[in-house]
Amino acid sequence: MLIRKPDPLSGSNIPSSEITPKDKWLNRRSFIAAVAATGAVALGAERIGEILAPTRAVHANSKLQTVPSPLTTTGEQLTSLKDITHYNNFYEFGTDKSDPSANAGGLPTRPWTVKISGLVKTPKTIDIDSILKLHPLEDRTYRFRCVEGWSMIVPWIGYSLSELIKQCDPLPSAKYVQFLSYWDRHVEKWAPGGYNWPYSEGLRMDEAMNPLTLLTVGLYGDVLPNQDGAPVRIIVPWKYGFKSAKSIVQIKFTDKQPNTTWNDAASNEYGFYSNVNPKVDHPRWSQATERRIGLPFYAPRKETLMFNGYSDQVASLYNGMNLKKYY
Amino acid sequence: MTRPTLISLKVLVWLACLYPVAMLVYGAVTNNLGPDPTKTITFSTGLAALRLLVISLAITPIRQLFSRLSWTIKFRRLLGLFAFFYASLHLFAYIGLYAAFDTHVMIQDVLKRRFITAGVLAWLTLVPLALTSTTGSIKRLGGKRWQQLHKLVYASVSLGIIHFWWQVKTGVMTPMPITLTMTALFVARPVLTWWKSRNTRQPQPRPA
Repeated sequence: MLIRKPDPLSGSNIPSSEITPKDKWLNRRSFIAAVAATGAVALGAERIGEILAPTRAVHANSKLQTVPSPLTTTGEQLTSLKDITHYNNFYEFGTDKSDPSANAGGLPTRPWTVKISGLVKTPKTIDIDSILKLHPLEDRTYRFRCVEGWSMIVPWIGYSLSELIKQCDPLPSAKYVQFLSYWDRHVEKWAPGGYNWPYSEGLRMDEAMNPLTLLTVGLYGDVLPNQDGAPVRIIVPWKYGFKSAKSIVQIKFTDKQPNTTWNDAASNEYGFYSNVNPKVDHPRWSQATERRIGLPFYAPRKETLMFNGYSDQVASLYNGMNLKKYY
Repeated sequence: MTRPTLISLKVLVWLACLYPVAMLVYGAVTNNLGPDPTKTITFSTGLAALRLLVISLAITPIRQLFSRLSWTIKFRRLLGLFAFFYASLHLFAYIGLYAAFDTHVMIQDVLKRRFITAGVLAWLTLVPLALTSTTGSIKRLGGKRWQQLHKLVYASVSLGIIHFWWQVKTGVMTPMPITLTMTALFVARPVLTWWKSRNTRQPQPRPA
């Protein structure tokens, strides 16, 4: 298996000044305590505290031990935990952005297993605890760009999906990886009609093996909240958010491009590749700019970056490809 | 209806009509418009416009059904103008917050994206209605011509509802309640007219 490892990934050329000081957000509770102690409980102050150091009232302790990663994105203001957990597209739990946080409580995240199937030497089932221990967990802050035109900055926790794939022994004939999400009509009774459930997503093998593709188990120092795809999901930061399948129960290696839920629902709107690309419009809106979640309405829109700003790491995957045709 | 009752009702209707924009202003001032303020503003102004249009459509059927409620006609112009106010806010939110005042972006959007085309057409059909909403206009145009012009409101509501459906994704049912209400009101008018005429019709001699 060929793994591309371009120079910028080594981390050696990132000036230390650009790396977000980790203690800044590790100390957030003491920061909030300080804010409270000053008696600044007015609405504005609360909001400022949240932006600088998001509250984690529902989580008593950091549950995940992590190590830093050179692949983390720096120089961006993190989106608050509140917005990351209350503005979700997880259609199985309802189509409104606020539905998943209200409805995903019933998702049974333990026990949880992931079936490894298809073109592999030995099909098997992996337990979530084994997934958590397979490789040291890394802090990976990424830009997250939704096809709907909004974006967030999320401090994910996980490790490169390639680490797991290596353990799966895919056959040389495996060209694609398919991800299937949890599906139970009784638990996910809010899922709308017109879609092929379970949710299915897929990547080309080289995309899946790219070090940026993150097998994700947490965010903001803790395990994934249900509405963000607990207990395990992928994050493909250079693609629109729907490519990053949530609550994965099966990883299937195939020789043909797998069907994907949004492509099945509207193939002219959601292609298999769906790389973030400001030059290729969605039929219903331009993708040239985006709005950052959590900023006031008068904040200027941001220019959308090619491959969501990850060109150095992933542009070579698409050399010679017509990205307008393979949108 | 006594004059004080009418005045207090008007005040209540004004307050109800101002409620959506008041909530937006309050939310903006307290930085409390949710994770995606742009969407909150656009959605709530668009929905308010459609709701007010649909409510204004309900007035004629209500009057046909209950003669005691015929005074509701005094509120139709107010509702229509508030609908135009919210539709304009909605359009302005698009121009400022989505297109960022970029004319090229706007032209492309109107030409290429059918939900935006429908929305702009809906707003355009409201303009002549708002402009001829004064009593003077009714006199100038003559009641019959004025009424005919104002039938355009059916096009506005239909285009608005189409705009809503074309904007949402597969399986999203948010536009359903207002669509059903609109359809019921569209059907109510001819049905009630027919029903009334049947009840009041005198037996006609057969033509020779």
